[in-house]
Amino acid sequence: MINKSIPVALAAAALTSGWAQAQSSRDYISVVGSSTVYPFATVVAEQFGKTSGFKTPKIESTGSGGGLKLFCSGVGVEYPDITNSSRRIKASEVEGCAANGVTDIIEVKIGYDGIVLANSKASQSFDLSRRDIFNALAKDVPNAAGDGGFIPNPYRTWSEVNPDLPDVEIEVLGPPPTSGTRDAFVELAMEGGCKTFDSIAALKKSDSDAYKARCHSVREDGAFIEAGENDNLIVQKLEANPAALGIFGFSFLDQNADKVQGSEVDGVAPTFENIASGEYPVSRPLYFYVKKAHIDVIPGMKEYLAEFTSEKAWGDEGYLADKGMIPMPTEERQQFADNVASRKNLSMAAN
Amino acid sequence: MSNGTITGAGNPGRTIDTVRAGLDRRYRAERRFRIYGLSAIVLGLLFVSILFITIIGNGYPAFQQTYVKLDIDFDPESLGIGDQRSNAALSGANYQALVRNALKVRFPDVTGRSDRRALNSLISSGASYQLRDAVLDDPTIIGTRRSVWVPADDDVDQLVKGHMDRAAAEGDRRLKDNQLAWLDQLQADGAIEKRFNTTFFTAGDSREPELAGIRGALMGSVFTLIVTLALSFPIGVATAVYLEEFAPRNRWTDLIEVNINNLAAVPSIVFGLLGLAVFINFFGLPRSAPLVGGLVLTLMTLPTIIIASRAALKSVPPSIRDAALGVGASRVQAVTHHILPLAMPGMLTGAIIGMAQALGESAPLLMIGMVAFIVDVPGGFTDPSTVLPVQIYLWADSPERGFVERTSAAIMVLLGFLIVMNALAVLLRKRFERRW
Repeated sequence: MINKSIPVALAAAALTSGWAQAQSSRDYISVVGSSTVYPFATVVAEQFGKTSGFKTPKIESTGSGGGLKLFCSGVGVEYPDITNSSRRIKASEVEGCAANGVTDIIEVKIGYDGIVLANSKASQSFDLSRRDIFNALAKDVPNAAGDGGFIPNPYRTWSEVNPDLPDVEIEVLGPPPTSGTRDAFVELAMEGGCKTFDSIAALKKSDSDAYKARCHSVREDGAFIEAGENDNLIVQKLEANPAALGIFGFSFLDQNADKVQGSEVDGVAPTFENIASGEYPVSRPLYFYVKKAHIDVIPGMKEYLAEFTSEKAWGDEGYLADKGMIPMPTEERQQFADNVASRKNLSMAAN
Repeated sequence: MSNGTITGAGNPGRTIDTVRAGLDRRYRAERRFRIYGLSAIVLGLLFVSILFITIIGNGYPAFQQTYVKLDIDFDPESLGIGDQRSNAALSGANYQALVRNALKVRFPDVTGRSDRRALNSLISSGASYQLRDAVLDDPTIIGTRRSVWVPADDDVDQLVKGHMDRAAAEGDRRLKDNQLAWLDQLQADGAIEKRFNTTFFTAGDSREPELAGIRGALMGSVFTLIVTLALSFPIGVATAVYLEEFAPRNRWTDLIEVNINNLAAVPSIVFGLLGLAVFINFFGLPRSAPLVGGLVLTLMTLPTIIIASRAALKSVPPSIRDAALGVGASRVQAVTHHILPLAMPGMLTGAIIGMAQALGESAPLLMIGMVAFIVDVPGGFTDPSTVLPVQIYLWADSPERGFVERTSAAIMVLLGFLIVMNALAVLLRKRFERRW
């Protein structure tokens, strides 16, 4: 029995020491948030840890919404300092933050991420319009009469959607609704195509809830396949099934250019240059949010922010661009770098 | 068999005929039954071998890494340190410049800015850290010139390992035609070599596949399992001993027993939610810490250990208990001197199997912040850390091609540990288990 009391004592000691540590200060930066920003934020964190002499920040991949929730739960070392987000913070989240005492937040836009529709190199490449995308993937499409009525999506093959497209069955692998990539795809590509119908554009003015429901509903009859959050898996499945299209982030297309090809959307190919210039329509901004109260408390915060907003990180030839992030134009970068340097508060009115 | 054959003793010929007639059918049925069993086993083995073959096939190249030999001139001017030799100056010096200069000397005819960038990108960004460590180790090498093997970029590594198709169109390759030409020159000089990838076992996580290692995740797993074992084994054994040896049989103990059995079947993610609510939100323990991970996995493994320990205690013959009590031992003496030592091998087996389960678990750890990018190898129970299965999950989701093989290699390491643990459990049972 004596030798058994040792582990118990050890565990008790570990518990109390953990307690003590949680109460005292933290010597590393804690970052949470979007899994889309994760591959970029981690590169900066690693670079920062290896060159600055501070500890490497801890970066959790919690998703944008989960990250903002954690970030907004309070001020103090037990709460994260920074949250990454693949969408802008919502007004409701700002209020939630304020209710917990998180009032001073700095907003930093870091760049753009393109969302691509790609298929295997073994088959023909697609040239889609956003209207084609909507017609192929929406749950209900406007009826032929164009009188504002809807019918369940009747299209089985791409050539039925648009005679110029190949005669293959519609089969699209994409992320599940919990994913930020899915949100952005639905908002940018599907809603973009949806708006081109006059009847739906009219609906937007009269009943914006119904408009959203029409434009954001993805078909559930098997043509759209939820393939999980793992983009690598989608790439592998495209390779195995040349008839299918997949939806994923630009960095995965960049890394797998020998296996898959991106479809043109509205006549624009998903290349680095086209996304950076804003010509490619399906791209979204990436952000991170900083808790001002922590900047002078957590060691290395100022330096981490300086590293992230430096030209060698997010510039046109910075290491983030090498990882597939699309940089912002020079003036926009300058503006956000200035915001960080002057610790300008987030204001929802801007943008 | 019908009644007629048994009672038909007055007509012996008929019985034997019926038996004979049915004999073939019964043999066939037996053969079929054996074939079913055999094919089930073969199918199982087939799946296991497919799993192993794909994982090992994908993963073994990760144990090698491509290195490039560069003639590095440790020139204080390029380092930008002048005459300073203090540690701070040395660690902040510009080691990138040394790598670039070495490439410039090696390929003097590469001049354009984008060409230079393409050339520099052949060498891993880890090269400058390697040079920094070398200089910090021995500052006297400043001013000298030496050949150093530095890690190549992951794209070069993929090419050398044959995972990149040289014949593909230039736009479809990560490496362009001019980069291939430079690499061919280096190759012809014998300046490219594949070596055993020690980084994989000594480094923490990294976003550069050539610099990424499993040490951080492995240490995180070790710390987590220490906490789990230290808590779940004593608590589990104490529970089992009390329930088996001391507790009265009544409705309450029945209820407890049912609950323990139910807990064993609760999905592990539920324990993660519980851990988040209790340990992190209520007790304020740090997120992403092995301490919290260990506590959550303790909850998960407790039922396994309790059930295995009770079975081990039950298998000790009552005669031993009765004999001890009969010669005047107290209940506690009977348990600690006789029953526990005899039941211990069974309990340890249960504990090891529980630990193996905990080692492979990732779902509950998602909830408590252990899905994180952590570069520094954790040194204690409250340092942020991740564990092996979570590291596998994170790598599987990384865009860089080099992580595909590293994912499989990490799975191989995890499987290795699981096999060792299960083998230990089998060995313990074989060596120490007594049968009556």
